[in-house]
Amino acid sequence: MWAYVIRRLGESLLILLGISLVTFALLYLVPADPARQIAGRSATAETVANIRAQLGLDQPFHVQYVRYLGNLLQGDLGRSYLQRTEVSELIAARMPATLLLMGAAIVVELILGLTIGAIAALKRNSAVDQSLMVFSFVTISAPQFVVGILLLYVFAVQLGWFPIGGYGTFAHLVLPAITIGLLGTGWYSRMMRSSMIDVLAQDYVRTARAKGLGKLRIILRHVAPNAILPVIAMIGIDIGLFMSGIVVVESVFGWPGIGQLAWQAIQRVDIPIIMGVTLVSACFIVLGNLLADLIAPLVDPRIKLK
Amino acid sequence: MKKTLLTSVLALGTAFGPALAQDFTDAKQGGEMIVTYKDDVSTLDPAIGYDWQNWSMIKSLFDGLMDYEPGTTVLKKDLAEDYTISEDGTVFTFKLREGVKFHNGREMTAEDVKYSLDRVTNPKTQSPGAGFFGSIEGYDAMAAGEAESLSGVTVIDPYTVEIKLSRPDATFLHVMAINFSSIVPKEVVEEFGEDFGKNPVGTGAFYLEDWTLGQSLTFARNTDYWNEGLPKLDKITFEIGLEPIVALLRLQQGQADIPGDGIPPAKFLEVTEDPAFKDFVIEGGQLHTGYITMNVNMPPFDNVKVRQAVNMAINKDRAVRIINGRAVPANQPLPPTMPGYAPDYEGYPFDPEAAKALLAEAGYPDGFETELYVYNTDPNPRIAQSFQQDLAAIGITAEIRSLAQANVIAAGGEPDQAPMIWSGGMAWIADFPDPSNFYGPILGCDGAVQGGWNWSWYCNEELDAAADAADAMTDPAMAEQREAAWRDIYLSIMEDAPWVPVFNEQRFTMRSAKLGGPDAIFVDPVHVPVNYDYVYSTDVQ
Repeated sequence: MWAYVIRRLGESLLILLGISLVTFALLYLVPADPARQIAGRSATAETVANIRAQLGLDQPFHVQYVRYLGNLLQGDLGRSYLQRTEVSELIAARMPATLLLMGAAIVVELILGLTIGAIAALKRNSAVDQSLMVFSFVTISAPQFVVGILLLYVFAVQLGWFPIGGYGTFAHLVLPAITIGLLGTGWYSRMMRSSMIDVLAQDYVRTARAKGLGKLRIILRHVAPNAILPVIAMIGIDIGLFMSGIVVVESVFGWPGIGQLAWQAIQRVDIPIIMGVTLVSACFIVLGNLLADLIAPLVDPRIKLK
Repeated sequence: MKKTLLTSVLALGTAFGPALAQDFTDAKQGGEMIVTYKDDVSTLDPAIGYDWQNWSMIKSLFDGLMDYEPGTTVLKKDLAEDYTISEDGTVFTFKLREGVKFHNGREMTAEDVKYSLDRVTNPKTQSPGAGFFGSIEGYDAMAAGEAESLSGVTVIDPYTVEIKLSRPDATFLHVMAINFSSIVPKEVVEEFGEDFGKNPVGTGAFYLEDWTLGQSLTFARNTDYWNEGLPKLDKITFEIGLEPIVALLRLQQGQADIPGDGIPPAKFLEVTEDPAFKDFVIEGGQLHTGYITMNVNMPPFDNVKVRQAVNMAINKDRAVRIINGRAVPANQPLPPTMPGYAPDYEGYPFDPEAAKALLAEAGYPDGFETELYVYNTDPNPRIAQSFQQDLAAIGITAEIRSLAQANVIAAGGEPDQAPMIWSGGMAWIADFPDPSNFYGPILGCDGAVQGGWNWSWYCNEELDAAADAADAMTDPAMAEQREAAWRDIYLSIMEDAPWVPVFNEQRFTMRSAKLGGPDAIFVDPVHVPVNYDYVYSTDVQ
């Protein structure tokens, strides 16, 4: 088990190294000169050249990359070109907001997804099942930007139940968490439904039924626990999906997390921030996948970690 | 359209009047407001900040030697109590106000003025505004990294500073009013180093009380402010990260007082027609022109007839309609609110038939194929499509290249990459209200270099000489003559037609009912976007 974890962590480091190289190369190839962004439109060519030299942007690619890695190993993500602040400080300031949103969204998608999936499976092929599956299809397909604006308009502006964007209280958290959670709800409800249907067809369920156990008891004792486990194991993988959602949702709701930071940095080609957020998100995704793999044998003893 | 233009020009004109002064002196201090912005505030270091959000924040935290009358483009003295200009226009002697204190309690002196100018021109500071100080003696040595101090700036006594210029510069007082020449205290800058922008200390009307990164900033009233009676408010809270549309919803619900990014196009008609809000909508001119550049070195745009034909082909009224009428059509580079604007000039008529004939005369009876670069954020691609249709009507097939802002700017700075660029979303907004500010970097030879902002690569040495001559007219008595000289320069440019001036954007913003102050300060042409110091709260009146 521990040997497996250590090997996977080693692999993860290689993956992160690869991601850093690809991202750095892509940003290097973007035809926008950071030195000119910093220098502004009134700068002379001399000033721009000066800034380029100070930031080491006049160095060849491999020199720049190796230097970046060297700093990274010392925990230094560099300073933002335009904000002139330590990137690690900017990310650290915004991380709690993103983690809170992630946690809340997972709660939303588990509660809604598992409930909807279970009901659909029990009412299989009925009108209820079909409408729930249409609902889950809509939540998977709807752009989060649209869902966010819609929720904001209906529940915050028209009904006034929640604040109109922002951060700080539980009420601020509800709408963005639902917006992100709805996407996962779609996936989880579909997975839960098929997992339930599989379990319902198992011999031991038939046996239980033949023994004359009550329907509710069968579902709670025998079906639900076995059906939920494979679904829960998906949470780790879900983190990747989540990371792509926060950029949009944080911008719509004015949620001060790293997604919003990334979005603003991309618009202004603030390379150190883009690199920093990409690497941090990549860490989340890699760790999420590792977590999913570690959970798998607990759920299904037939899976062995090698 | 004419009417809106007239009213805004009038509004600007009446802003000089006594009615405004009354408002300022009578309004009681107290109260607070919430201002929202979409993008993060990058820095509050006056040597570095150059954004929409931080521009007037910095003006409220810091002071310079000069400033502008609120809501206008008229220069006034700020930290300078008085100044004299030598006869040849190259020596400015500023007498400073006594007893002005930084937020840390120390008195501001002439040494601070010298330090601030040395700092902003030092290449290590990486100030985007360093270039504005090019006329100060010793600037070149600073820019080259050969000096640590500007030789032209001398401290005469604690309250007198003398600035020598290497050439006469009629815009120098404007330069002393720009954010980059704000006075900063050396000891605080040195204490915080690169983090001074997060820990700003100035002599301004407000001080920074709190900054929660990515969320909010709080400005509190500087009770020791030298300009008695200012600022009006006790506290301003800036909430960051709110999309303009969300900001407006908040204002409508009473959860915000000013949408810092203005009224978003999607909500424009709704609020301007809503009886509950339309009286709080404020319109103002900006020192802005949106234009299409044609690269005069890339055939067929090297032919002046082709450029003139394009000028006649573009339907500017339709472009204005695309943005819900939030602009006025332009026919010359300068916006109407800028000194030197030629109100009688009629420009090129919209006449596709004549344009076609001119194109044939130039040797392109069947038109040609070209590319139009555009910033990929709405409404710019839609406006570019409208131009595409206009061009198609005279036989020109223009392929639209819709790219991120930085990439369009980079393409424009290459000598032979972008034949045409629509400037929308990246267009020139003047740094200070002087006609020269629309020339050098975007139409003069200085800007027609690799990585420059002169995307049409137009370089007319005769006009460069005329521009230098105009800027050497430093005697205030020659102001009118100087304005006329600049007017002629821009009209000559229009004959060569490197640009199609398309429109001058108007700004539309709102205030909540609990805020008072003349409209002009909410769309201040210099303290962009809002002159916070003069806004008062109706709650405490």
